[in-house]
Amino acid sequence: MSILQAMGFLVVGFVIAAVVGMFAHWFDRKITARVQWRVGPPFFQPVYDFVKLLGKEVIVPEGASRFLFLSAPLLGLAAVTVVAAILIRTIIFPTQTFVGDLIVVVYLLTVPSQALILGAFASGNPLASLGGSREMKMILSYELPLILAILVPVIKAGETIRLGGIIEYQAVSRPIIASVSGAIAFLIMILVTQAKLTKVPFDAPEAETEIMGGAYIEYSGVTLGLFKLTQWMMAFVMPLFLIVLFLGGLNWRASWLNVVYGVVGYLVILLLMVLIRNTNPRLRIDQIIKFFWAIVTPFGVVAVILAFLGLRFRGL
Amino acid sequence: MSLKLKALTKSIWVFHLAASPCNNCDIEILDALTPRFDLERFGIQLVGSIRHADAILVTGSMNRKSSEVLKRVIAQAPKPCFVIALGNCSCSTEMFGKSYNETRPLDSVVPVDAYIMGCPPKPEAMIQAVVALVQAKLAASKK
Repeated sequence: MSILQAMGFLVVGFVIAAVVGMFAHWFDRKITARVQWRVGPPFFQPVYDFVKLLGKEVIVPEGASRFLFLSAPLLGLAAVTVVAAILIRTIIFPTQTFVGDLIVVVYLLTVPSQALILGAFASGNPLASLGGSREMKMILSYELPLILAILVPVIKAGETIRLGGIIEYQAVSRPIIASVSGAIAFLIMILVTQAKLTKVPFDAPEAETEIMGGAYIEYSGVTLGLFKLTQWMMAFVMPLFLIVLFLGGLNWRASWLNVVYGVVGYLVILLLMVLIRNTNPRLRIDQIIKFFWAIVTPFGVVAVILAFLGLRFRGL
Repeated sequence: MSLKLKALTKSIWVFHLAASPCNNCDIEILDALTPRFDLERFGIQLVGSIRHADAILVTGSMNRKSSEVLKRVIAQAPKPCFVIALGNCSCSTEMFGKSYNETRPLDSVVPVDAYIMGCPPKPEAMIQAVVALVQAKLAASKK
């Protein structure tokens, strides 16, 4: 692949992720409004918010580390753009992916959270550093179940760490979610996604009513806009990752109907996450760690064991 | 410039600044954000940090101590940002005008973009004031 092609995929990935991510943000707010018996924001609300933030003044607080404070949003945005490009390319050309891209994606998906932590600590605000330390504990708590859940498709697809290999396996066999271990892993991934997007009940790092937006507290104007855009793009990238791993990608070569299934699957995952967000209270950070380590991780171990058994007995 | 202002008027993030109020106006602000009035229809959201604010709602009468803090907090807001005096106290000090702690109206401390009278003002009055402010700003940008 030439450099020009790679740049093309990055631009396409960025545009698709930004547009769909903005739609996902509007969808979230609209569904939340309907649940609360309100009308909700207009369709272009995320665009207005973003353009407005681009036009606002950027303030670097006194005592902040200027370079780190201003470069942290770009770091997160760059990482999520690369993930979007890799996933979109994997879906379009499943046979042309490189070995180990699954590990690259898992690694890059933690970068937006790390950028948030860096930015929060660089701002020098005590509430922001509280948010940053909570985000750090969140990463520690959800990363282990995430790896365990990802191991299930890896084992089922014949121990491949190539995303294209997992898609090819699901195209010739059946989607991973149609087995017991796959279903458990999928549910774990939904919870992990919720935590990765810092949505209620796992929004302790940015608890609006408690630490005033937490890590974002000192960010204004373009920098805040970039952080918001990163968050919205994550709402596109994470469900897409789930679709690739568990629902067999879009598999558009077999039939165009599969693309429709993929879009419906994306909307269903989004709706599920919005409904979880609307029906749960915020957990404290110690409750989040306890939840992920004491409840979700054992389920992940069970899913991995079932996946190994599934190599011998069909359906597990 | 006009695009920036247009987007700003479609997505106003409100920061609620209580400068020693009696809490009556604050309750009415929260009332305006409830599902009954649903300000999110117009893109209006309550934010927790002054750095995210586009409009600052000030309630209460400024006294000698709170007006100094108020000046510092409003100076921290990113421009463009509107200041709205909410309630009779911040517009005219109301019945606290002759108090020992030197109360004063908000516009003697910082420049004010809109005044909402009432003790407390109704949520409808707040929405009308925001709409009037938006129209005035848009009209001023066209000239």
